[in-house]
Amino acid sequence: MPGISDTTQRSATISVLVDNEAGVLARVIGLFSGRGYNIDSLTVAPVDEAGRRSRINIVTSGTSMVIEQIKAQLDRLVPVHRVADLTMDGPHVARELALVKVICTGEQRVEALQVGTSFRARVVDTTLGSFVFELTGATEKIDAFIELMRNLGLAEVSRSGIAALARGTRVI
Amino acid sequence: MAAELTQSGAEILLRALRDQGVEVIFGYPGGAVLPIYDALFQQNSIRHILVRHEQAAVHAAEGYARSTGRVGCVLVTSGPGATNAVTGLVDALMDSIPIVCLTGQVPTHLIGNDAFQEADTTGITRPATKHNYLVKRPEDLARVVHEAFYVASHGRPGPVVIDLPKDIVINKAPYAEPTGQHPSYRPRTEPDADQIAKAVALLKGAKRPVIYAGGGVINAGPEASALLTEFARTTGFPITNTLMGLGSYPASDPQFLGMLGMHGTYEANLVMHGCDVMLAIGARFDDRITGRLDAFSQGSQKIHIDIDGSSINKNVAVDIPIVADAGKALAALLAAWKASDAPVDKPALASWWRQIDAWREKKSLKFTQDMKRGGIIKPQYAIQRLYEITRARKQEVFITTEVGQHQMWAAQHFNFEKPNRWMTSGGLGTMGYGLPAAMGVQLAHPDALVIDIAGEASIQMNIQEMGTLAQYRLPVKIFILNNQYMGMVRQWQELLHGSRYSETYSNALPDFVKLAESYHATGMRAQSVEELDAVIHAMLDCPTAVIADIAVDQAENCFPMIPSGAAHNEMLLGPEHEASGAGITDAGLALV
Ligand SMILES: Cc1cc2nc3c(=O)[nH]c(=O)nc-3n(C[C@H](O)[C@H](O)[C@H](O)COP(=O)(O)OP(=O)(O)OC[C@H]3O[C@@H](n4cnc5c(N)ncnc54)[C@H](O)[C@@H]3O)c2cc1C
Ligand SMILES: Cc1ncc(C[n+]2csc(CCOP(=O)(O)OP(=O)(O)O)c2C)c(N)n1
Ligand SMILES: [Mg+2]
Repeated sequence: MPGISDTTQRSATISVLVDNEAGVLARVIGLFSGRGYNIDSLTVAPVDEAGRRSRINIVTSGTSMVIEQIKAQLDRLVPVHRVADLTMDGPHVARELALVKVICTGEQRVEALQVGTSFRARVVDTTLGSFVFELTGATEKIDAFIELMRNLGLAEVSRSGIAALARGTRVI
Repeated sequence: MAAELTQSGAEILLRALRDQGVEVIFGYPGGAVLPIYDALFQQNSIRHILVRHEQAAVHAAEGYARSTGRVGCVLVTSGPGATNAVTGLVDALMDSIPIVCLTGQVPTHLIGNDAFQEADTTGITRPATKHNYLVKRPEDLARVVHEAFYVASHGRPGPVVIDLPKDIVINKAPYAEPTGQHPSYRPRTEPDADQIAKAVALLKGAKRPVIYAGGGVINAGPEASALLTEFARTTGFPITNTLMGLGSYPASDPQFLGMLGMHGTYEANLVMHGCDVMLAIGARFDDRITGRLDAFSQGSQKIHIDIDGSSINKNVAVDIPIVADAGKALAALLAAWKASDAPVDKPALASWWRQIDAWREKKSLKFTQDMKRGGIIKPQYAIQRLYEITRARKQEVFITTEVGQHQMWAAQHFNFEKPNRWMTSGGLGTMGYGLPAAMGVQLAHPDALVIDIAGEASIQMNIQEMGTLAQYRLPVKIFILNNQYMGMVRQWQELLHGSRYSETYSNALPDFVKLAESYHATGMRAQSVEELDAVIHAMLDCPTAVIADIAVDQAENCFPMIPSGAAHNEMLLGPEHEASGAGITDAGLALV
């Protein structure tokens, strides 16, 4: 584990379990903007049956000291129950969903479909001049797919941001 | 079927406040809180103190809270009432003061419509509070009040806002008794035994130790200060306090090095710079303490005890972090120290103390007062005399301050033996804090001597509270060190900006004696040194509120000073000393 005074930048996927009360997301986002921390991705949704708890997944980056500080700052918010650094606590899976619209005709249509197949993307909407692909996977995979589509009529992208869980029996 | 509801939201609110032990509430009325004022009118157990500006209500509640250890309570109206309170809320947040502030709000069905006197109070105060609530359902009202008091006073204390739409306080609401608990907020207070053992092992082997204790020890209650004193005496270690920690250790004790930091003593800062083991307790390594971070106490191993994990490893990396209440951690340290048979390095400690005594010989706080008739009063001398004369009177003394040079001179020259006697705005540095804070202190301690040590510029920021002093016959003493400048800013201009005194002259000052009189108080003035003692005695003897306008040396600067961006061993000493220390770097110029 890198020491607290290590100055190299790292990325961290942090999961936060919060009370699903008014303003809680604003509190978390305000913490990041107010203290100058990065948000590379953020997702939030209720995760228990009663809808009382939400899980917020945040991908951020900074030195070890900054990331420890981010965790401590999150932890002191009153509606926050648990904060876990999935990157440091062990292996984890992180996935996101993307909807990718390409507008193309002729040769490009065929090629776009082929790329889609090789990425296991689903076609969720088709017209004579366009496709919408649905794709889930790691951020890098989605980045790579979008990159390839740039030359094939990429028109619009909508991404969910990442959802993440620890591997194995661990829960936060 | 639910029992029939008989009480309005406002009545439920007051009942909840009573059950939380609230005796005094500082406030100012307006449309959105009329039902609450109506309920206040019809009861006797909670006393309402009408301030003259909502910012002052919060500072008064801060003074009340800091001097008693209880939660301070505030009530303001919606819109401008709430926005006026914001400075006070941030002040309390920065200095970890427990406050519950009730704000009126437009009725729930109008929220978001730009209704009359509507402001997004929870939005505005989110970064200004430890937590805030908007009550949207009558059945939440009592529970939220109890929770707010819990949150304000547990863990790291801070301000909590409860925004109350008008319909919520008008309509009937059910009551819920306090449970003394919070459903989920559980700050850690017990120290980890292994970390305590590690800390004691490190402390026992220390050759050049220091205890650096801050406001968190005061937050932890008077028992924590007593334990700190016992721990320091048991170990024989030198100890220094932050501005916020003053009073947590008796200033008269020979082990006390005085305040550290930007305007701290030479010995305190050099001890921090040269120590090999540092025990930080309830102190947050503020930039006023550390100076240039990469030069801060490089050779030491650091133990840091703080109730808030985010204070640890924030500015300075530490070796042994301990998240705990200061009092509980000190009790554990003391027990572990006594139980450990590891030897202490007595010869090393003795030579450390010899070194410290040599540093003390610098007498970094010394100044020269011209005692001849007509001699200009040195501000330090005025504080020293105020201290000596009040001490001789053996009365309980509480000091508040405004912000500036006078604040630092008060910290340096007024010695505190006990906690909760010193109220100052440290983190936010809010000019205008001292007078309203003194009101709050005086209300909590009606028979004590409460003195606001002020500057002529700061005092004008909440001068309207003279009216509150008069209305409630609060005999607060305002002791103005009048240098006719925003002295602290003037000092920076002298040292950093080529003596170009841009907009820092206190022009068109009021006649403070007449001003006092027009507010039904007593005014007095000292122009030169031979008048000082008589004015101090007259002020202390006076049964009413007093403004004592003390004309002091306009050119005096506050030393020692570690300029921004400099290290502890690059301290500037005053004109009494040989030229010293660092110049100010360009990087330093950009800092505050
Ligand atoms: C003009 C000016 C000049 C200044 N110059 C100086 C100076 O020279 N020297 C100086 O010291 N300050 C100075 N200050 C004040 C400075 O800005 C900071 O406010 C101050 O140093 C902070 O004090 P502290 O570290 O004790 O922390 P506080 O702000 O008192 O914070 C308390 C810490 O203790 C923790 N805590 C709270 N409750 C508990 C508990 N129960 N148990 C354990 N921990 C707890 C908190 O989490 C926090 O980390 C100056 C201010 C002004 C306006
Ligand atoms: C509300 C606010 N505005 C501005 C400042 C910046 N400031 C810090 S000290 C100071 C001057 C204070 O002057 P005075 O009250 O006369 O005290 P002195 O330094 O002269 O003792 C100013 C303007 C502040 N701390 N607070
Ligand atoms: Mg002044």
